Amino acid sequence: MNSEAKRGLVLISPVAAYAVLLLAAPMGAVLLFSFWTQDFLSLDTTLTLANYREILADPIYRVLMLRSIKVAAAATLVTVITAFPIAYYVSFHVAPERKALWIFLITIPFWISYLIRVFLWKVILGFNGVINASLTGIGLIDEPLTFILYNTNAVVITLAHAFAPFAILPIYVALERIDRSLLEAARDLGESALGTFRRITLPLAMPGVVAAMLIVFIPTVGDYVTPRLVGGPEGLMIANMIQTQFLRLDNAPLGAALAVTAMVLVAALAAALVLATRRRGRS
Amino acid sequence: MRALWAYAIAYLVFLYLPIMLLPLFAFNEGTIIAFPLKGFTTTWFAELGQVEALHAALRNSLFIAVITAAISTLFGLLGARAGQVRFPGRGPVMGLVMLPLVLPEIIVAVALLVVMVQVLGLPLSSWTVIAAHVLICTPFSIAILNGAFQNMDPSLEEAAQDLGETPLSAFVKVTLPLIAPGLLASFLIAFTISLDEFIIAFFLTGNEPTLPVYIWGLLRFPARLPVVMALGTLLVIASILLLTVAEAARRRSARRSGRTDSGGFL
Repeated sequence: MNSEAKRGLVLISPVAAYAVLLLAAPMGAVLLFSFWTQDFLSLDTTLTLANYREILADPIYRVLMLRSIKVAAAATLVTVITAFPIAYYVSFHVAPERKALWIFLITIPFWISYLIRVFLWKVILGFNGVINASLTGIGLIDEPLTFILYNTNAVVITLAHAFAPFAILPIYVALERIDRSLLEAARDLGESALGTFRRITLPLAMPGVVAAMLIVFIPTVGDYVTPRLVGGPEGLMIANMIQTQFLRLDNAPLGAALAVTAMVLVAALAAALVLATRRRGRS
Repeated sequence: MRALWAYAIAYLVFLYLPIMLLPLFAFNEGTIIAFPLKGFTTTWFAELGQVEALHAALRNSLFIAVITAAISTLFGLLGARAGQVRFPGRGPVMGLVMLPLVLPEIIVAVALLVVMVQVLGLPLSSWTVIAAHVLICTPFSIAILNGAFQNMDPSLEEAAQDLGETPLSAFVKVTLPLIAPGLLASFLIAFTISLDEFIIAFFLTGNEPTLPVYIWGLLRFPARLPVVMALGTLLVIASILLLTVAEAARRRSARRSGRTDSGGFL
């Protein structure tokens, strides 16, 4: 091993040790736990699939799991589709010296108390909220709209807001990397503006779009603040159930099994997305 | 392209809509967080000064955020520096360290809860929150300091060593001053993430709530909501100040190395 490699190992070892001890090992412990069972306070450490059987058998878990994935997928699509034009605008139509300012403006709301932001969406969408008060105020509607709070629509809107920078930045970075002369060449060779966008810009931006989809989808599946505050009973997701198992029902093994199941599903979907886009890119 | 510009402006309004409501309700006399607004009052801000539990939660959060920011900036420095060279196992190791960036926070929370409570039998405290926050802040610190190192001309440090400095003194005298703004940016970002983090803190906080956990408790009591709005207003002002300083530091670091600057933190 050369001295450079040794130096690299020495430098990374404290960080790596920390990650192994406090991330890899605990995740292993969760996996092990999911094969144990708990009866009130006594923990039974014989390995069993009982928790997983219960998850498969009880429809409540399936409903919550499917809903989490559907809501996260909807939120991801809405977020990425609404974010793309912003990333495109900043990359292609903002003067270079003002780009940093735009990116800064876009990221600021993301750093401000998540809890309070989510709560404010409840205020905006609520019965006497901003939207209903202004719509009744200008006489557009007589009765307040009720389909915008305490359901999955509210969860999707709130998540699309909370994760906007996560979607904008990877797309922006991918667009910035596009060699502008390619676009000129396409236009010179007779391609229309729309055709250039569809055949050059969009394919080259795809890695950014896929990254944006993953970086929004994965954390949103595990969110429990937004469903709890704006989702109502119909909007609760799997993370709410994991939280309940751990903190209220004291059934850590079942909670662990739910967490493992959710992780495996998310990882499988993420892998499927990456593979699908890669195959399309090749053909 | 006017349409795209209009869309961009509308999108910014969408992004800032919730934050703009905060001061509106913080100074509103009515106790219900809804329209129409009542008169102007500063009662809610005055009330903030009198709640001892809030002060305790704030002190707790600040303590956690400062320690988290210090450790994750140190880890970020080590990680970014190691990332510059090739060493065996670099891919998997860096992958594990950066993993919390894409891991649902509830998984980190659950994993640490299981180990602390069920395996080790340790009581939950501010330190368990710090342990988890360091995990989720380190990837951000590494990313920011990677940027700082990439901007730096490596021959400067080599030159210092050729002129007789030891590797350590060359690092301290030449490299550290050059990446100092990056260190500041990393510290402030980690501080802000930790101060604001709720999902993990809720699991690991024990009986000394952090500020977000305390706010979560208040959200259940409608009568206390105006106070939360006042608190939120102050937090927003503090966050914007911190981020502006961090952004200025990051730009300065980019300028020092003479590179063009076009990106944000992430």
